[in-house]
Amino acid sequence: MQETNSGGAVTVAPYGPLSVSDRLAKKALRNFKERVIELLLLGAACVSVLTTVGIIWVLVSESVNFFGTVSIWSFLTDTMWTPLFAEPRYGILPLLAGTLTTSVVALLVAIPLGTTIAIYLSEFARPTVREVVKPFLELLGGIPTIVYGYFALMVVIPLLQLIMPELSGFNMLGAGIVMGIAIIPYVSSLAEDAMRAVPMSMREGSYAMGATRLQTAFRVVFPAALSGILSAYILGISRAVGETMIVAVAAGMQPNFTVNPLEPAQTISAYIVQVALGDLPHGSIGYQSIFAAGLSLMLMTLALNLVGHVVRRRFREAY
Amino acid sequence: MKAEDIPLIRKIIRRNKRLEVLFAVAGFLALLVGVLTFVALFAQMAVAGWERISPDFFTNFPSRRAGQAGILSAWVGSLLVMLVTAVSAVPLGVAAGIYLEEYAPKNLFTDIIEINVTNLAGVPSIVYGLLALGVFVYTFGFGQSILSAGLTLGLLILPVVIVATRESIRSIPLHIREAAYGLGATRWQVTRDHIVPYSLPGIMTGVIIGMSRAIGETAPIITIGALTFIAFLPESPIGPEFPWVNFEWLKSGFTVMPIQMFNWTSRPEEAFQQNAAAAGFILVLMTLAMNAVSIWIRYHVRKDIKW
Repeated sequence: MQETNSGGAVTVAPYGPLSVSDRLAKKALRNFKERVIELLLLGAACVSVLTTVGIIWVLVSESVNFFGTVSIWSFLTDTMWTPLFAEPRYGILPLLAGTLTTSVVALLVAIPLGTTIAIYLSEFARPTVREVVKPFLELLGGIPTIVYGYFALMVVIPLLQLIMPELSGFNMLGAGIVMGIAIIPYVSSLAEDAMRAVPMSMREGSYAMGATRLQTAFRVVFPAALSGILSAYILGISRAVGETMIVAVAAGMQPNFTVNPLEPAQTISAYIVQVALGDLPHGSIGYQSIFAAGLSLMLMTLALNLVGHVVRRRFREAY
Repeated sequence: MKAEDIPLIRKIIRRNKRLEVLFAVAGFLALLVGVLTFVALFAQMAVAGWERISPDFFTNFPSRRAGQAGILSAWVGSLLVMLVTAVSAVPLGVAAGIYLEEYAPKNLFTDIIEINVTNLAGVPSIVYGLLALGVFVYTFGFGQSILSAGLTLGLLILPVVIVATRESIRSIPLHIREAAYGLGATRWQVTRDHIVPYSLPGIMTGVIIGMSRAIGETAPIITIGALTFIAFLPESPIGPEFPWVNFEWLKSGFTVMPIQMFNWTSRPEEAFQQNAAAAGFILVLMTLAMNAVSIWIRYHVRKDIKW
């Protein structure tokens, strides 16, 4: 059956020798084909839903096995994480402390710098500067995190040791700072998009009142773009919480229940990497523990995503 | 306004202008932090790894002696994993993007898919590794293979491809579709002959960005249990006999560039740190090249499209 493509080469005139029934048959086949294609495309769209279902299923089912051995209460309140000891203890708090400390350090770097860059690019920089700088920032965001980990270990931590000689070779401060730099492009590009979406008429109104660019940026554009800027921050936070290789390389691999960034510690994600590098048998309690750790991580990012949705609704300004 | 207020007003204006200059400097410095980090990172690896980068480095297997170690198994592994990733993620992602933009009715189910794609983009990559460990490695029995790794990274970049496809399709004006439908084209004919070709540059940009992210991903591949010391190559995909292709390589063990680099970075000896620097330099060059291609496509190919 030849298709009568729009404008394509049709060798037979469409209403020529074909009988009515032939044409109906052709139309039915065509409709059938359309239907099949639509279903195939729908199937592709469903793969993303299946991924989510798969993630939840894997994490929950393995965690249920894990919590059959370790009580949820001791998981949440025990202050020791010693899965490789003869009497293993599984308290998530040390890993959680490591995750939160490195994330806070990273955000203290990424949010001020990212916001400043966004405001500068959106309100101050000439278009030519922006055209040059934006691809550069994108490149910075595209560098593999293992390379950042290497950079933290070989460059940033030795530099920090020049200032603080007693600092250990692995610490959360160095890992957090580099992680912050790695997150800057995510924060700045989303925040800048949000500020550029603020209509020009609002800026013009502000300038007409005699405001400077700085006053306009902070008192008009920033509040108007707040919902987008907050989602940029939330994306930055969820990146920091889930970031793995930088902390695995530069923060040390020892669980340490502390919030002092000068000390080495392990994060949730780094623990998963450490276990995966070893050779734990499928079905053992150690194997199940990485899924429980992963579930905690997933719940944290999920909570952040939900906060993001609420924030976007709450602070959305429509023009 | 009285005459004696004028000096005060001048003072306020001067202060505001000073503040403005101060902020412009701060913004410039903030940018400089990013740019300098990039330069320092690149330069440090280039200097530290320079003497290791030679043809031998690309053709040697990893070794216990740092001076003889190379990245042969790593770059071949990366290449093959990327092949699986591209073959799985590109058709699925583009098809899903087309469905959501051109076909999907506005209903609850479509909303669920959309929210889901947004949320998946924020899931930490290590969680994808756990998914792959549970589903691909053990439930489907693919083992710790190139197939498992490629599919994992495929799922990881799926949201990137979907979002790029959708944005690219959305920028095609409605009248193109109306003209095609007006000539009696079916929905698939409009999609195949108009929507897909016109959105191709945008889709390609997204695919390349996604692939450049996938090639540097370490955590999910470590999680599925990739080995860090591989001194053999997978079977060649092209065989000498009919049918000239075989798929044995899909089941092979493997290592990839970032894992090789991680392995070298975590060793205490200085000589291995040199290897890590050299591997990192090549890895960054690879991602930079891919990003540069996508930026070039965006600035030059898209500029030529005039609706």
